[in-house]
Amino acid sequence: MSELAAPPAERAVHHPALQHHFVDLQQQKEAASLGMWVFIAQEMLFFGGLFAAYAIYRHAYPEAFALGSHHLNRVIGTANTLVLIGSSLTMAMAVYSAAIGWRRGTVGFMLATVLLGGVFLGVKYFEYSEKIAPCLGDQVHTGCLLPGANFDPATVHAEGASAGQVQIFFSLYFGMTGLHALHMIVGIPIILTIAAMAWRGRFTPEYHTPVELVGLYWHFVDIIWIFLFPLLYLVTGH
Amino acid sequence: MQPQTGPPADQPAEHHVVPWTVYVVIFLGLCLLTATTVIVAGFDFGPLNIIVALGIAISKASLVVLYFMHARYSPRLTGVVIAAALAFFVILVFLTWTDYYSRPWPLTTG
Amino acid sequence: MSTEVATPVESLPPLPPAHPAESYLSRGWDLRSWLLTKDHKRIGILYLVSITLFFAIGSFYAAVVRWNLLVPNGQISADAYNKSFTAHGVVMVFLFLIPSIPATLGNFLIPLMIGARDLAFPRINLLSWYLFIVGGGLTLYALFTGGLDTGWTFYTPYSTVFAQSNVEVAAIGIFIAGFSSILTGLNFIVTIHKMRAPGMTWFRLPLFVWAHYATAIIQVLGTPVVAITILLVALERIFHFGFFDPNRGGDPILFQHLFWFYSHPAVYIMILPSMGVISELVCAFSRKRIFGYSFIAMSSLAIAAIGFLVWAHHMFVTGMAVYSAMVFSLLTYLVAVPSAIKTFNWTATLYKGSVQWDTPMIYVFCFIGLFLIGGLTGLFLGNLGTDVHLTDTYFVVAHFHYIMVGGAIMGYLGGLHFWWPKITGRKYVESWGKVSSLLIFVGFNLTFFPQFLLGYLGMPRRYHVYPDEFQVLNVLSSAGATILGFGYLFPFSYLFHSFFRGEPAGPNPWGAIGLEWTTPSPPPTQNFEEIPVVTTEPYDYPNMGEE
Repeated sequence: MSELAAPPAERAVHHPALQHHFVDLQQQKEAASLGMWVFIAQEMLFFGGLFAAYAIYRHAYPEAFALGSHHLNRVIGTANTLVLIGSSLTMAMAVYSAAIGWRRGTVGFMLATVLLGGVFLGVKYFEYSEKIAPCLGDQVHTGCLLPGANFDPATVHAEGASAGQVQIFFSLYFGMTGLHALHMIVGIPIILTIAAMAWRGRFTPEYHTPVELVGLYWHFVDIIWIFLFPLLYLVTGH
Repeated sequence: MQPQTGPPADQPAEHHVVPWTVYVVIFLGLCLLTATTVIVAGFDFGPLNIIVALGIAISKASLVVLYFMHARYSPRLTGVVIAAALAFFVILVFLTWTDYYSRPWPLTTG
Repeated sequence: MSTEVATPVESLPPLPPAHPAESYLSRGWDLRSWLLTKDHKRIGILYLVSITLFFAIGSFYAAVVRWNLLVPNGQISADAYNKSFTAHGVVMVFLFLIPSIPATLGNFLIPLMIGARDLAFPRINLLSWYLFIVGGGLTLYALFTGGLDTGWTFYTPYSTVFAQSNVEVAAIGIFIAGFSSILTGLNFIVTIHKMRAPGMTWFRLPLFVWAHYATAIIQVLGTPVVAITILLVALERIFHFGFFDPNRGGDPILFQHLFWFYSHPAVYIMILPSMGVISELVCAFSRKRIFGYSFIAMSSLAIAAIGFLVWAHHMFVTGMAVYSAMVFSLLTYLVAVPSAIKTFNWTATLYKGSVQWDTPMIYVFCFIGLFLIGGLTGLFLGNLGTDVHLTDTYFVVAHFHYIMVGGAIMGYLGGLHFWWPKITGRKYVESWGKVSSLLIFVGFNLTFFPQFLLGYLGMPRRYHVYPDEFQVLNVLSSAGATILGFGYLFPFSYLFHSFFRGEPAGPNPWGAIGLEWTTPSPPPTQNFEEIPVVTTEPYDYPNMGEE
């Protein structure tokens, strides 16, 4: 552990980013990193509840899940997956740039991450709107896939018992991808803020903790999608 | 861009800068695994479908955690935190599933 | 006040000046300095004021319930009764018990006990409080406008399909308050790992800290699951998503699984900190080292871990699978073991100790006795056969009130009295403390012991009416509740009064051992002039009666 802290009067010279309740920058960095990992742990359980519901229902309704999944556009889903993985690469490169003190790289790669994240969200908006638009208004709701009164199971060729069960699939689809998208929407302004800090020269190889932390968050969001993609888009068997 | 070698070995692992080439290789690996999972989804292995899909997803996630998130170069405590979260997620799913496994649900009249 | 045992001067660390120039309290009194504070001690006070308010509101609803049950035909409508017991449960569980000790005593003491200047993330600590206020405020808004009648357990499909009350708003309020709990837990975990003073190894930590570490693990891993579950209930009501709707293939029992996955460990969030307080008090007031330190420390972790494996014992009569129920029943019996270990160890600590009968110690004995009863009655409920008879009766209500009030609140009051001089720099009047504790003890037992009998005799819970033959026991219970309510008013009054008029307390009025007692009372904002170096074992009281 660290040595005895000097009395306040002598602690005059220290790193500008050091907060006063920490003894040194190393302790602060370790605390911040552990804090972000603990936050990610609770996020795992947060999404975990949805994954648990998914596991139970998919096991119970294999045909309905296959029908629902088959209706989703695999090409778009695959492309979006590659976009998000690409944004993870750019994020990792941003952290690398900060670690070697390359300011322009840090900013540039974070902006690239935001751009790719924006593309992902744009595609998701398109996917959502084609499922939700038919649900609105008073006309016939063919093609409506938002669970609720106007849900049209014929869109996915579900009938009988599957008609009700496929609503659960789409509840999980919207719930899980929606929660995931919400996490991205929260993350993007945070990345932009930290990019602005980087632009103003706040980071050095010794101190670039905010970049590392937002990197951890973004990679976690990517990991959630890594599981969502096969579970929602690639269900086989019907 | 030369990767910094960083301070001496007795410093904590966070000072270790991973070469950027590692990230590119991992990215290509992730793309490959994505392609694999899509291709494999075209075949029906019956009950093995979910195992294959999850196996590939877990491999992809592991690459991201170990390399992009630096877990490989992080203190052991990081691994403990991840393991704890995973363990309790597994408990949630497994113990809930024991209920559904051992009673007739859904009812076939539903 | 207390009789201070003469301890050898050289065994206590050097005392700082008795009247410090500036403490965390005196440093700024305007609203901004309080509402924008990052000082863990001030945030602890903010929580103390907030949860006291929520406790008063929760008590009001309890009074409505007990008043209604004075007569067999009830005094208010079934709907009003449903809203009353729901409000009582929601406020007491989510807005009082879950935050209580961690957010007040934990926030205040953990940095002091480990020799740190603050928690790891002071701004997140303040954010926690604001989330608590916003979430609590929204929940209260839901309760006051239209009410909530689902029970604090929100069972589907009633909550998602049929209830005509403010389910969505209450659900969102509790959701927000839940994140307050998660962030507090996160803060404690990182603080305890990274901010310990030099020499403060894990096995030199006070058991109060171990208890909060275990609690924090539950807060971080369990709360998110109820958060998403309650969000699903809100989504199902607003957007008709149908996760738990049988008409669309959903399963209402899945809600119960997801809900109880958190809500059972939640009861350990409510009791573990209290057990941590008891460990501290039992040492200070028997002037002895704790018996079996590592067993108590490890048992806190064991309770946290095993506590996650037992949730379906709340669901034995739902129609869940019998084989699954057997597994959960076995695990439920297992989780009682670490609690029993603690109880044995506290008792063993008393042996050949020099017991000081101050107010905090009276609460220790209240805790041990009442927690014992609560814990043993839990065994009847964990047993599949007897649970069929006792579930959803007043036996269950009595069981958990013995734990939550007889256990958790007794510990909270004991801790509040013990550390009050440290927090405020003032002593309370000890005789008032003793009288109130006895009043609370009598009132509590009169309220809840009859409920064991009522439950066994078959009176169901959550009913606003009951058969005539149960009236005597119900009247006794309501009488007890009245005494208990008055009992609570006493500490509120004399503690509040002592804040302004109490005799100044020195740094260590109890002669206790712990880093927090080496600071002035109240402590300065930065806690320590110099970060201490720890060289001794915890509870290093001079050898007394150990031969």
